[in-house]
Amino acid sequence: MRGRVPVLLALMLLATPAFAEDPAECQVAAQLAVADFSLPMVARALAAKQLNVLVVGAGSSALPGPGGDKYAYPSRLQHSLIEKLPGVAIKLTADVKPRRTAADMVAAMPAALSATKPSLMVWQTGTVDAMQAVDPDQFSAALDRGINIAHSAGADVVLVNSQYSPRTDSMIALGTYEEDMRWVAVQQEIPLFDRFSIMKLWGDLGTFDLYSATKKLDIAQRVHDCIGRLLADFVIQANKPGEPPPQQGGR
Amino acid sequence: MMAKVPTERDLRLDLFRGLALWLIFLDHIPSNAVSWITIRNYGFSDATEIFVFISGYTAAFVYGRAMQQYGFVVASARVLKRTWQIYVAHVFLFAIYLAEISYVAHSFDNPLYSEEMGVLDFLKQPDETIIQALLLKFKPVNMDVLPLYIMLLLWFPPMLWLLLRSPSLGLVASGTLYTLMWWFDWNIPAYPNGFWAFNPFAWQLLFVFGAWCALGGAQRMSRWLNSPVLFGLAVAYLLFAFFIAMTWYIPRLGVFVPKFVGDAIYPIDKTNLDVLRILHFLSLAVVTVWFVPRDWPPLRARVLRPVIICGQHSLEIFCLGVFLSFAGHFVFTEVSNRVPMQIVVSAAGIAIMVAFAALISWYRGVERQGPGPRPPAAKPGFAGGDV
Repeated sequence: MRGRVPVLLALMLLATPAFAEDPAECQVAAQLAVADFSLPMVARALAAKQLNVLVVGAGSSALPGPGGDKYAYPSRLQHSLIEKLPGVAIKLTADVKPRRTAADMVAAMPAALSATKPSLMVWQTGTVDAMQAVDPDQFSAALDRGINIAHSAGADVVLVNSQYSPRTDSMIALGTYEEDMRWVAVQQEIPLFDRFSIMKLWGDLGTFDLYSATKKLDIAQRVHDCIGRLLADFVIQANKPGEPPPQQGGR
Repeated sequence: MMAKVPTERDLRLDLFRGLALWLIFLDHIPSNAVSWITIRNYGFSDATEIFVFISGYTAAFVYGRAMQQYGFVVASARVLKRTWQIYVAHVFLFAIYLAEISYVAHSFDNPLYSEEMGVLDFLKQPDETIIQALLLKFKPVNMDVLPLYIMLLLWFPPMLWLLLRSPSLGLVASGTLYTLMWWFDWNIPAYPNGFWAFNPFAWQLLFVFGAWCALGGAQRMSRWLNSPVLFGLAVAYLLFAFFIAMTWYIPRLGVFVPKFVGDAIYPIDKTNLDVLRILHFLSLAVVTVWFVPRDWPPLRARVLRPVIICGQHSLEIFCLGVFLSFAGHFVFTEVSNRVPMQIVVSAAGIAIMVAFAALISWYRGVERQGPGPRPPAAKPGFAGGDV
C-alpha cells in the first residue's frame, strides 16, 4: 500500500483542486468526506452571509494540554470555514466535554442551541456509548431526539462518528454504534461525516501513524487540522448538489 | 419411545465448524483487511451462528448417547466436567488478554486518543475487575463466546433429557424461553455496566435447535429440505440480506430501502439473536445442505482435511484462535499494520491452527494405540465436539 501513496499524491496535485489550500495529507481521504444529503438551513445562512455553528462533542473532539482547544478540530473547522467562505461571518461555539454519551449531550442541547442560535450543529458521538455499552436502542433513540431538537431549533445536523483508534480497536466494540449512526443519518436524511473511515484510510495508507505510542501532540494536531478542513469542505459541498464533490482525483 | 441418537459422524459438521473457527479468528483481529471475506459482511448472520448450531448438534450427539447408555446422572456429570474445562480455558485466555492490555496501556499515551484510553480504566481496579471476570460478568470484547457456552452447557442436561423424551416438546420449550426473553428483556447483567453481549436466553434457541436436528429433527425435515420452493425462498432471503448489507458500505443505496423496511429490520440485534439472523442462518443452512450432501465426495478429499481437523478439536482451536487474534493485533501494533502484513498474519494464524489441530489428532492417535492403560475412548469435545 505504501507504494500507492506517491501516486495518489501526484494525482491529487494534477487534479484541479477546488480547495487548493488543503494539505495533500488531508486530501488523501477527501473522497470519503462527501455529504449524502444537503443542508438547507446552512444554505440559507450562507445566503445571508452569517453562519453560526455549534459543535457538540465528547473527548475525541478535543485535544489535551495548553492550547489544545486551538488545535482541536472544532477550532480548525472554524478557521477553515472563514478561509473558504470569504465574506461570510462565521461564529463557532464548541460544547465539548469528555466522557459524555449521546443522551448526556442531548440533555445539554436545548440550552446550547438557544444560546448560540446555530444554523448547523455538528454532533460527534458514539465512542463513549460504545465504551459504556449503552443499550443500542437507547443510543438510537438519543440520536433521534437530539436531531429533532436541533431541527426544531432551526439547525441542520451533521453527525460525526468515532475515531479510528487501532490500538484500542480490540477493546471498544464500536460496530453496533457505527451502524446505528449510519442508519439514523439515512432515515433522518442528514449527512454523516465518516471520521472513522477517513482516519482508517490514513492509517492504512500510512498518511498518519495512528499506532504511534507518542505523547507528542504533532500528529494529533495534524489529524485534527485535516478533520477540520475536510469537515469544512463537507459542509460547503453539501450545498452544491449539482457539482461533483471536490478532489475525486485520488480514487 | 426415546429419540434415536445417530451413530455415524457427519463430516459436514466438522467441515463447517472448522470453517467457522477460521472465520471467527479472522473477524477477531481488529482492522484486518482479510476479514472482508467473512460472511458477516454479506448478510445478517455470522460464524457465531454456525458455531453455536453445530455445537448444539454435536453436544446432543455425544451426551445423548451417554444419557441413553449410562443415565441422566452420569451424562450430566460429563457435561459439567466439560463446562469446567471451558471455564478454565476462558480464565486462561483472560490472563493472556490482561497481559496484552496492560502492556498496551503502559506504552501508549497518544493525546489523539485520550478519550479512547478511558477503556483501560478497569486496570486501575484489579481487585474488582478480576473477581468480576471470574464471575463471568466482566468480559472484554471478543471474549463472550466461551461464557455463552458455559451457560448453554449448564442448562443442557435437563434440556437433553426433555429432548430425548420428546424432541418437539424440547424445541417448543426452547422457543418459549426465546419468546419470553424478548417479551421481558431477560439477560444477564455484565460488569461494569450493560448486559452479556451474547444473551444466553436467546442463543440457547440455536443450540437446542442444533440438538433437535441431531436427535432426528433433520431426518423429519428432509422432505422439506429437498423442496425447490424452500430452496428458492432461502436464496431469495440471502439475496435480500446481501442487498441490505451492501447499503452498509454504500450509504447512498440506503435511500432504496423503504422506511418501513428499515424500521422493521433495524437494529439487527446480535445480542438477542435477532429473528433476521436466525432466518439468515437457516437460509444458509438450507442452501448448504442442498449443495453439500452427507456423502459429498470432497469431504474425504485431502484439500478439506485442514478445515475438518480444526473442526474436530474445536475447544483447543477456538482458544488458540482467540490467542492468535490477540497476537496478531500485537504484531500490527508493534511491527506493521500494512495490508501485506495483515494478509501474512491471517494466513500464518490459520496455518498455526491447522498445524496444532494436526498435532492433537496425531497425539490422540498415538495415545490410543500406545501401550499401557487405554484412555477413555469417547472423550467429549468442546460442547461435545470430538468423537
